[in-house]
Amino acid sequence: MTKLARDGRPLPMPNPTTQPFFDAARDRTLKLQRCPRGGVFFYPRNRCPCCLADDWEWENLSGKATVYSFTVDRMGHDSNLADRVPYVVAAVELAEGPRMTTNIVGCAPEDVKVGMPVEVSYEDVDDVTLINFRPV
Amino acid sequence: MGKRAAAIVALSEWAPQRRWDTPMFSMEASAQLAAETLADGEFEKDEIDGLVMSPIPESPMFGPSALAEYLGVQSNFNEVVDLGGATPAGMIWRAAAAIEVGICENVLVLCPSVPAPRRVQSAGAAPRGRARLSAYLGGDSWGSPQGQFEIPYGLVAATPSFAMIASRYCELYGVEPETLAKIAVQQRYNALANPKAINRDKPITIDDVMNSRMIADPLKLLELVMPCFGGSAVLVTSAERAKRAPHRPVFLSGYGEHLTHKSVTYMPDFIDTPIRMAADRAFKMSGASREAIDMASIYDCYTITVLLTIEDAGFCKKGQGGAFIEEHDLRYHGDWPLNTHGGQLGMGQAGLSGGMSHVTEAVLQLQGRADGRQVKKADLAYVNGTGGMMAEQVALILEGA
Repeated sequence: MTKLARDGRPLPMPNPTTQPFFDAARDRTLKLQRCPRGGVFFYPRNRCPCCLADDWEWENLSGKATVYSFTVDRMGHDSNLADRVPYVVAAVELAEGPRMTTNIVGCAPEDVKVGMPVEVSYEDVDDVTLINFRPV
Repeated sequence: MGKRAAAIVALSEWAPQRRWDTPMFSMEASAQLAAETLADGEFEKDEIDGLVMSPIPESPMFGPSALAEYLGVQSNFNEVVDLGGATPAGMIWRAAAAIEVGICENVLVLCPSVPAPRRVQSAGAAPRGRARLSAYLGGDSWGSPQGQFEIPYGLVAATPSFAMIASRYCELYGVEPETLAKIAVQQRYNALANPKAINRDKPITIDDVMNSRMIADPLKLLELVMPCFGGSAVLVTSAERAKRAPHRPVFLSGYGEHLTHKSVTYMPDFIDTPIRMAADRAFKMSGASREAIDMASIYDCYTITVLLTIEDAGFCKKGQGGAFIEEHDLRYHGDWPLNTHGGQLGMGQAGLSGGMSHVTEAVLQLQGRADGRQVKKADLAYVNGTGGMMAEQVALILEGA
């Protein structure tokens, strides 16, 4: 679910299952669940999407990733983000395996490439922390 | 070969419109589409014993019973399908399968997509305005992963997702933007021969596409569908009853469906789509070969969707889609007729009716009713439906009787 930040952008509304992920982000840690069989998965779930078991454990990750793909949104498909164009929407592949949706920050949109190494970059907005990535 | 248990025999299709001047409720549109479809197939209303529909705003719960009551139909098979743009193709095979197992014989498949009349005393809402979807597509519900992990980063609506697919494809296979543009240009040529197409009087060139506004890299404005209003319906019946229909019966000889994800980020591989599984199953069931296909009716929310479908449905090898597009003439009189109605890029995307247009066009071609854009030999068609973010995929093989 989303709520609007004071500056108008949509923010995540954590729930009991996802709260540890957002709490860790606030503390500048990228933390996800690891299943002993399926490995690290994203996003947080009550059961592993590989085997539906619940013997996963939270784990702190490296924060390293590569750009799997991206686009530059030129018109703001979310009108709540229209004043931020152009911005880079990306799917990054974490070093530990799973993909995440994010924004690439810290460089010009033209400089983003598929396969580019990136690292996590935190952004506090109101009471939530967004997880962006920036070039290494 | 393949299944010949059920056939599409009749249809109704309204010309898509950017603005719809005669608002009506979804059930009213369904009633009108039903009447027109029954007339087209010379069926009596009381022969109908199956309804396949999408959710209707007037009755978010108990939809099938609401529609059956409204239409005065007593029905043995009642199905609501929720597969995004793949919904209409998914509706067709569900209807055919229900007929094959013998639970019903004559199924109305309904895809109304028109604005409701303005609410009395309502302030603000403007239902007669331009057709548009909410950017969040319901993904901001409480507990929804999309609301927490996609929407805050701007992965909303559909264009950014398909743009990411196109980015990765073009990076790995080096497809030139002009090749993608050719899809839009040749489909537009087809649209010029379709009196119902919203772009029937607006030819475009490769340069027009290349010079159109960049929306989400690498997708440009003329590579995107335009949301419209419209509506369509088809009648699926048993092989036996189809013999007494006035138009050539179009059998559903094979079908397949596959989905793997909702948000594009979690698609197992951006360039190996669920189309492959759906199409392989459909061709296997049908017994038809790819080479024997006379025309393809491929869901085209974006140009990249068409290119990936051509590859993953097996019409060429992975990575060869660009060369395939360049080598073939995709116009209705060309060597590989594709989206001869103009596709949704040329005809307009009238909600779910946009997806149905790929079915209705194949049926009209196989029935020899495509008028000025008639394909010379039209006996076997491949139809594809894409839903969501390249997620829901349905493949149909249609064969003229």
